[in-house]
Amino acid sequence: MEFFRIKKDIPFMRHALIFNVISLITFVAAVFFLATRGLHFSIEFTGGTVLEVNYATAPQLEPIRKALSNDGFVDFQVQNFGSSRDVMIRLPNREGESSAQISERVKATLAKVEGPTAELRRVEFVGPQVGKELASDGGLALLLVVAGIVAYLAVRFEWRLAVSAIVANLHDVVIILGFFAFFQWEFSLPVLAAVLAVLGYSVNESVVVFDRVRETFRNSRKRGLSVEEVIDHAITSTISRTMITHGSTEMMVLSMLVFGGPTLFYFALALTIGILFGIYSSVLVAAPLAKWLGVKREQFIIQPKKKEEAVV
Amino acid sequence: MNRYPLWKNLLILVVLLFGILYTLPNYFGEVPAVQVSSAKSTIRLSESALATAEKALSDARISHDGVFFDNNSVRVRLGSTDAQIKAKDALEHAFNPDPKDPGHTVALNLLSASPKWLTAIHALPMYLGLDLRGGVHFLLQVDMKGAITKRLDSTTGDMRTMLREKDIRHGGIVRDGESLVVRFRDVATRDKARNVIRDRLPDLQLVDKTEADEQLIVGTLTEQAKRRIQEDAIKQNIVTLHNRINELGVAEPVIQQQGADRIVVQLPGVQDVAKAKSLIGRTATLEVRMVDEAATQSGSSVGVDVIPERRRDGSVIPVAVKKQIVLTGDRFNGADATFDSNQQPAVAVSLDAAGGRIMRDVTRDSVGKRMAIILYERGKGEAISVATIQGEFGNRFQITGQFSPDETTSLAILIRSGSLAAPMDIIEERTIGPSLGADNIAKGFKSTMWGFIAIAIFMVIYYMVFGLVSVIALGANLLLLLALLSLLQATLTLPGIAAIAFTLGMAIDANVLINERIREELRNGSTPQAAIAAGYERAFGTILDSNVTTLIAGIALLIFGSGPVRGFAVVHCLGILTSMFSSVLVSRMVTNFIYGGRRKLQSIAIGQIWRPAADTQE
Repeated sequence: MEFFRIKKDIPFMRHALIFNVISLITFVAAVFFLATRGLHFSIEFTGGTVLEVNYATAPQLEPIRKALSNDGFVDFQVQNFGSSRDVMIRLPNREGESSAQISERVKATLAKVEGPTAELRRVEFVGPQVGKELASDGGLALLLVVAGIVAYLAVRFEWRLAVSAIVANLHDVVIILGFFAFFQWEFSLPVLAAVLAVLGYSVNESVVVFDRVRETFRNSRKRGLSVEEVIDHAITSTISRTMITHGSTEMMVLSMLVFGGPTLFYFALALTIGILFGIYSSVLVAAPLAKWLGVKREQFIIQPKKKEEAVV
Repeated sequence: MNRYPLWKNLLILVVLLFGILYTLPNYFGEVPAVQVSSAKSTIRLSESALATAEKALSDARISHDGVFFDNNSVRVRLGSTDAQIKAKDALEHAFNPDPKDPGHTVALNLLSASPKWLTAIHALPMYLGLDLRGGVHFLLQVDMKGAITKRLDSTTGDMRTMLREKDIRHGGIVRDGESLVVRFRDVATRDKARNVIRDRLPDLQLVDKTEADEQLIVGTLTEQAKRRIQEDAIKQNIVTLHNRINELGVAEPVIQQQGADRIVVQLPGVQDVAKAKSLIGRTATLEVRMVDEAATQSGSSVGVDVIPERRRDGSVIPVAVKKQIVLTGDRFNGADATFDSNQQPAVAVSLDAAGGRIMRDVTRDSVGKRMAIILYERGKGEAISVATIQGEFGNRFQITGQFSPDETTSLAILIRSGSLAAPMDIIEERTIGPSLGADNIAKGFKSTMWGFIAIAIFMVIYYMVFGLVSVIALGANLLLLLALLSLLQATLTLPGIAAIAFTLGMAIDANVLINERIREELRNGSTPQAAIAAGYERAFGTILDSNVTTLIAGIALLIFGSGPVRGFAVVHCLGILTSMFSSVLVSRMVTNFIYGGRRKLQSIAIGQIWRPAADTQE
């Protein structure tokens, strides 16, 4: 079986401008939603108190919410967790109140609500310092990933390719974050892991294309091709692999999305979006960017003697 | 051309065999168990406890799969959770005849069900995180007031030594609440003393006072110093907890500060719950005091504290010690089990500078007298060592006696565990149920399995024989990854399982690259054998580059991530390494076995049906 029977190189670069405009629009939209709505951070980042209560029969959430706000709680969330009988209540940190006090007050409030009685199963308190630490560590990790990848690509390839690959990747990351901001999906630590993994994953994709670009430039038989044609050729000859690899990874991630349960759901979702945009960005964002930054054949042919060596 | 030399094939096979061996323990799972361990540091279980346990079980007519003695605890393997609970009750009765003063902890537990020979080659099942197997979660509250009081008490001692060194006479130093009061007879001495104190103890704020013709200096800690003491106390307690938990042998425990004065301790899949709780929850303090020989002999308790001393033969005798405390636990920097100059087991203790000074002063005049090291647990003191002073001590000395090496080890642990900067209480203890963990494992396993099956079916249909080879390589990758995780005893969490799935999805990339390359070579008119060789060789550069960049991201996650991020990163990084091995070497080896031996290879089954030449000319 063979899905791709491409006789001629597809002129991707001819349409590069259109794609870049599309990218730019999605990117700007993502930034806009991030700025206006912000991310819905999980308790690991914000700090606060989480109470998990279990009921014998499924309770109504609305009366619980009403009772909590009557008792002076603000910015709380009441949602089902796992099953309809399990309810998770989240409260933000407030100064001068310990988690024990908060949980006592919530318990008192819940006791007043009509219906089945609640059984407290878990009280979790996360201090604001811990959240701050996590956020700064996450930022540092992101920086280190970017720096590491740029450095490696600059050494192995060319700084122009390194820069365009990383720009394309950051574009993916921002778009994933944009999705999370727009739908107000919970941004937890596993999601952060997924986002950072996408960074590695998506660069992988750019590397495969760039590897072909480099090889085509060095190929003496293809000397006649213009830079644009070289890029087109590189993308076309790897497109089959691109689709199949991503299809496989996506199968795995979708399986996680379907069978993984609530804990893995957002993690898998972040990866799904990341993979879809990863294909797109490496092909249609990174390559044109590299062109505009001015990649040329000469940059890849360092020493004529070494030309005969394998790509490795 | 497509043949590996024998050594290379053997090497790959050996690696795969290792993979199988070290993954094996994970299949055996665990059986319910009950564990009896000592609840008091001074009580030690011995092999004789086995008989007690077996008798208790046979009396209660509970059948079991074996009673083991290991590492100071008795463990009983049981067939069902039902029997487990019954056995727990029976053992509780047998080991703790007096429920008010339990000497042993009896806890429910799990034991690995893998056969002994696997354990012998150090093939152990993976550690599962709290979210997968359940475990204990402690929230500890550090007593900050206690930390400050403790500091003031030790400052009192420092001041006393200091003033003595400078020959300044004083009428006594006492701690009064959160301040220190020093009395002097005249203003001149007080002024002299104040200068000395100000220079040497900058943490104190000093105020002069006159009270019924006594000149006083009242010292209180500055706000800055208090804050620093509290921060240091948390930090030191975390370090101490780390040491104690390391002694438990828990892989990747979580010990984190939470809020201003709390410490979280998570022990994923802890085997020895009872021991963990007793070690962590032990709000022990250590004190060194001189034995009052006269009072010990006469049995008088006037002006002395009478502390029970548990002897090595198990008997308990009272020993009278002076009320004055020579040293407290926070002066101890460390303690290790060693051997003295006569090759007898001993405990080497090191003190901080101030502790060393005090020790020197005290021991100089007390050679031949006895000194007691007292451990306070839950408000009760017990002398853990009463030794005769053989000479002048410095900040390093040895405690010797008729110890066995085991005893010195446990004494060293006790002394170290006494060095908490501030007392701690467990204010929350959460046990995450194994059923939730089992549910998470099932979900993670299911998603990996269906993903794998989907990829396998697709690969075989799309690439035929080469697809099959890729699936074999992917299977080898999974095997090696699991083996590596087991071997390194890394903690597997739900994000870790997600990483396994994701990494497998990514790992197929290398094989796709190779297969596509082979097809391309065929398309360009290479012979099948040449296409295979060229496919593998040329794809390798790409595989290397793309994996290294992914690895960079993984390592960054590993360095800066914590909790779930880290769990993900560990598996992700290892998975990249194993996938390099399996997708290049294993798949090449299998391909070589299938095609390498044939001289005249006409075609290979890689699913290619289209050739540019046959279809249209370029």
